[in-house]
Amino acid sequence: MAKFILNGEAKSADVESDTPLLWVIRDELEMTGTKFGCGIGTCGACTVHVGGRATRSCITPVSSVEGAEITTIEGLAEKDDHPLQISWKKIQVPQCGYCQSGQIMQAAALLKDIPNPSDKDIDAVMGGNLCRCMTYIRIRDAIHEAANTIKEGNDEQNI
Amino acid sequence: MSRISRGKSGGITRRGFLIAMTSVGMSFGFPRHLLAAMNPASPDGKVLPSEGDVYEPSLWYSIDTAGKIKVNIIRSEMGQHVGTAIARILADELEASWDDIEIIHVDSDPRWGFMATGGSWSVSQSWPVYRKAGAAGRIALIESAAKKWGIPAAQCQAIDGKVVSNKGEISYGKLVELGLTRQFTEDELKTLPLKPNQDLKLVGKQVTSLDIANKTNGKSIYGIDAKVDGMVYANPILPPTRYGSKVASVDDTAAQQVKGYQKTIILDDPSDSVEGWLMVIASSFMAAQKASKLVKVTWDAGATTKVSEADIINHGKTLISDQSKGSILDTGNVDTDSAFAKASSNISEQYITDTVLHAQMEPLNALVFNNPDGVWEVHSGCQWQSLTLPVLAKALGEDQENIVLRSYMLGGGFGRRLNGDYTVPAALASKAMGGVPVKMILTRAQDTQFDSARSASVQQLKMAFDNNKSVIGMEHHAAAGWPTQALAPGFMPKGVNDEPYDPFSIAGADHWYQVGAQKVRAISNDLAMAAFRPGWLRSVGPGWTGWAVESFMDEAAHHAGKDPLQFRLDMLIAEGRNAGSTPVAEGGAARQAAVLKKAGELIGWGSEQPENSGLGIASTFGQERDMPTWVACGVQVKVDKANGLVDVEKLVIAIDAGIIVDPNGAEAQCQGAALWGLSMALYEGTELLNGQYKDANFDTYTPLRLAQAPEVKIEFIVNQYPPSGLGEPAVTPVAPAIANAIYNAVGVRLRKLPMKPKHLRAALNQA
Repeated sequence: MAKFILNGEAKSADVESDTPLLWVIRDELEMTGTKFGCGIGTCGACTVHVGGRATRSCITPVSSVEGAEITTIEGLAEKDDHPLQISWKKIQVPQCGYCQSGQIMQAAALLKDIPNPSDKDIDAVMGGNLCRCMTYIRIRDAIHEAANTIKEGNDEQNI
Repeated sequence: MSRISRGKSGGITRRGFLIAMTSVGMSFGFPRHLLAAMNPASPDGKVLPSEGDVYEPSLWYSIDTAGKIKVNIIRSEMGQHVGTAIARILADELEASWDDIEIIHVDSDPRWGFMATGGSWSVSQSWPVYRKAGAAGRIALIESAAKKWGIPAAQCQAIDGKVVSNKGEISYGKLVELGLTRQFTEDELKTLPLKPNQDLKLVGKQVTSLDIANKTNGKSIYGIDAKVDGMVYANPILPPTRYGSKVASVDDTAAQQVKGYQKTIILDDPSDSVEGWLMVIASSFMAAQKASKLVKVTWDAGATTKVSEADIINHGKTLISDQSKGSILDTGNVDTDSAFAKASSNISEQYITDTVLHAQMEPLNALVFNNPDGVWEVHSGCQWQSLTLPVLAKALGEDQENIVLRSYMLGGGFGRRLNGDYTVPAALASKAMGGVPVKMILTRAQDTQFDSARSASVQQLKMAFDNNKSVIGMEHHAAAGWPTQALAPGFMPKGVNDEPYDPFSIAGADHWYQVGAQKVRAISNDLAMAAFRPGWLRSVGPGWTGWAVESFMDEAAHHAGKDPLQFRLDMLIAEGRNAGSTPVAEGGAARQAAVLKKAGELIGWGSEQPENSGLGIASTFGQERDMPTWVACGVQVKVDKANGLVDVEKLVIAIDAGIIVDPNGAEAQCQGAALWGLSMALYEGTELLNGQYKDANFDTYTPLRLAQAPEVKIEFIVNQYPPSGLGEPAVTPVAPAIANAIYNAVGVRLRKLPMKPKHLRAALNQA
């Protein structure tokens, strides 16, 4: 029996211990926002947060996240209003949208580590997330936009 | 999961406009077909209920008593925001309020007629249809209001979802509540007055596409997310060849140790979509996948286990050298022999492209079951329902009307999902199990192995010049595996020699340049056809014919001692067949000249470049001559001669697609398409190796990543021509622009795609 905290709620699933976290989330817990792309950790579509770190859930055995706090796209912000989700909508980043949960989760981890990322930072951190529609130009813009929004929010709080 | 009764008819059953008071949905507020449809803006994709009575002014939409308008979209959503663009066209002509619009992606009911999403056709083809549909509703609503008020219709106006006159205003919803009886004759429908293009209010204005929000919060529902009570999971076992392999033995002893494993089914496929396949059934996808690796299978393999990329390419070269092969397109004067006989000089070059994979992000999948009404429900993203249904019917031994394809978002199409062969194994497995729901998901490696790849191609181009170095003749011979021959031979026209050809494997070679005598010959590579199932891949023929034409144009310009930009402009003359013969193509070659000039301007054509840097330009059109989107690309590249790396520093696209319906979506399509072009030029390409594609996953198949995306500028030419298409054309000029820029930077000509560092290093070493 696998047990962990998913988007703030305790969950358990009766699965083999080597089952990748991705399939536990999608098929057992029926949250399908996290996507299957490659199964070998090379495309990033399955990215979730484990203890706040961006993690490829398709190569993460559920046994390795026992008791951990896991966040998926569904749990990123209560009203789907994370600054990245807002900038993603404003700039109309998604095309087919399939990779975008992973892109946003990866970008959210990036902004936690580097609140004001340079283009080079974005290149480095987002390089593992493939977008076959090639929405890269807008992904970059939307990350900068969200970073600015967060910064402005912080500045206001500091005044 | 709702289970729906499907009568053989009901409501409107034929395509076209039947404007009438209709009882469909009356009192129920929920037409049956909407249960099977998807609204990409609602939670979980469910269609929102309608209020009260529903008026369906045409097949394409309904208006309820709250004034909400449901627009039926027969095109699949795979990133183009196609529903938003089409609904904008309708809402504009209907004078609806945009806030009242809901888009509905419908199922494959025969009422919708031909259903396909490809060829960059959606907006261009929908333009006249949805405008007339909107006009019909507007006129019906105005006349209804005029009657209530007892005034002539001419004294009423439709504005923002209301009819207005000096008597006051009535909302569309209220008019529906009061009842509408207006009927139109067929003749009236043909002559419906449309708004002048310059009066369009929603078309051309910025809008947030209705599918965007759910693509930022995980709520969009793709085929892979489909579920139904009681479903089992399946993962296939694929044979060693695409065709002709037969299962010789199966041993599932080891698989039986996997918890949840149920059984392995050898498929018997009358449609020949999945010869030699087995399906491993289990209670979860993981169990099915685990078990499928443990089942031991032997096959009597098909004939192509030794076919590799070089064999296909060499066979293409042989075919081209045989003048009796292939189909010669009608390009006017095809007598190139006399032009070449009298030429003062001529050039001839060969261009080769490697096999390219679709690699759409969502691996192929399908959920199929026989519902309580005996109807086969197929839940899966699909680009060509009208092609897939007959294949499923053959596979299942059922009538087409007893099969329905339900709509889902597509995690990328790019042409892979035009070929619906991936629905067949799930259908056959369900049938073998008495119709229980079977959900099949392919792993990435299986998806790749089963891809309908873009075939490798060989092209030979020749040009004849007079003693002024003016062009007097051109030949273009192209050999490749033909997707249309494999999948939809009915779509192949005949050439002037009465031989059929695949238009999607030659379009682009019949370009808009005035070159005197012109021969374009398309040849099907039968070895490719035998070894794999060629597919339509984003930009199809023009994605590689354009590369050859535009690389060759630069080579020809250098031969003639002319500036490559001016050399092209001199031949873009909008006369004769190059004047454009359809409303969309009006203006012809002059419009191509305009985008070319614009791209030259944007990239700074003629400006000095540092050592090992260069500019390149190219101009193409997509997708066919009767629906051309003229596009030109300028790039600035820097070549590292030591390692052969090409850095595309800047990429500009000038594009003329007529009226732009959804500017933001249009720009997104062009950005994505241009980067596809870049990706295929430098980073993609696989090869056939012993009957299989060499690459299986994203560890070795490497489409463009974010860090490799340069600055991209898209500029649209503003005009009032009817819209053409935008999903693909911007792919086509990028590779030749890069090849031309590499030549200008370091003086070597690369004639093979992809242009990998090793190829550039080898060329530099030879130079």
